[in-house]
Amino acid sequence: MMPGLHRLTDVWVYLAASPLLGLTTTLVAYLVALQLYQRLRFNPLANPVLIAIAIVVSILVITGTPYKTYFEGAQFVHFMLGPATVALAMPLYRQWRNFRRAVLPLLLGLAAGSVTAVVTAVGIAYAMGASRQVMVSLAPKSATTPIAMAISERFGGLPSLTAVLVICTGILGAVLARYILNFLRIDSHPVRGFALGVASHGIGTARALQVSAEMGAFAGLGMGLNGVFTAVLVPVVMPLMLRWIGS
Amino acid sequence: MNLTSLALLLVFQCLGEGAAQLLGLPIPGPVIGMLLLLLSFLLFPRLADFMEQTSWGILQHLSLLFVPAGVGVIAASGQLKGDLGAIVVALVVSTVLAIAVGALVTQWAMKRLRPAADQDREQP
Repeated sequence: MMPGLHRLTDVWVYLAASPLLGLTTTLVAYLVALQLYQRLRFNPLANPVLIAIAIVVSILVITGTPYKTYFEGAQFVHFMLGPATVALAMPLYRQWRNFRRAVLPLLLGLAAGSVTAVVTAVGIAYAMGASRQVMVSLAPKSATTPIAMAISERFGGLPSLTAVLVICTGILGAVLARYILNFLRIDSHPVRGFALGVASHGIGTARALQVSAEMGAFAGLGMGLNGVFTAVLVPVVMPLMLRWIGS
Repeated sequence: MNLTSLALLLVFQCLGEGAAQLLGLPIPGPVIGMLLLLLSFLLFPRLADFMEQTSWGILQHLSLLFVPAGVGVIAASGQLKGDLGAIVVALVVSTVLAIAVGALVTQWAMKRLRPAADQDREQP
């Protein structure tokens, strides 16, 4: 009995050190989360990103595995974010005729949503006494992960913190959008998708794609436009806000 | 899943990264790659038909790709400490407001600025 158990521990130690386990954990946790999401009939509260992260975090904490070790395996999944962002050209292209008919309204909605996201986040963090570093890390939270991290770094934020804040924003938007938009009685899929994409980037877009291809396409457009817009907006607004609050 | 399409996605990402580096743009490479691919689809519609399945295949599991970065919350928790309350309130309120304001302005502008003929077709 004991030697067998001993060998099992050896196998565990071996596996835990290889990238295989991080990758497997990520995929299996996501599949479990997806099953749950389907069982609960795509209720936004059962967001698969949130549940998958909760599962992986629990496993890492219980087994005492450092994030760095886990990421050595999970980076292969993380890497696919790049090609997936490029692939968003597909829903954009399929909805191109609809976009062209609504260029001006969409640009106005983009500016409104994007400015609201940056200014309220920084303003609230300031009002509640957060440090300058936290305020800067929060500012680009509605942009897609790689853009947000680059902006955060340039202005003295913490890119790793920004990455987490971006994911949280995405999950919050994906979970809450249905309730906010129903409350406001906004039922057009293009408008719902666009606002969700602007505020909650890829995770909002993933949620919108599950509702309808049309909503997903407008969310993808919102995400793409806001990535570009935030990259231009924060360098302009952030120094102004920091000077105004004198920090 | 089509290997040629997957390679094309990577090629466009490389083009995007290259352009961002070369021109010193603040916009990340994949986003430029996306815009370049969109342009290519508009110029060559048959390319879009060819890449259709693979592109949707990747996008179908877009959620999965955010899991590794999200798990980083473990590593970041040490940096949050005293600012946790401010961060939570800022995230929730700001996200709710951004969705609400974005949607209201977009809807308002669509009603005001679009030709009346288009509108009845948009209503679901």
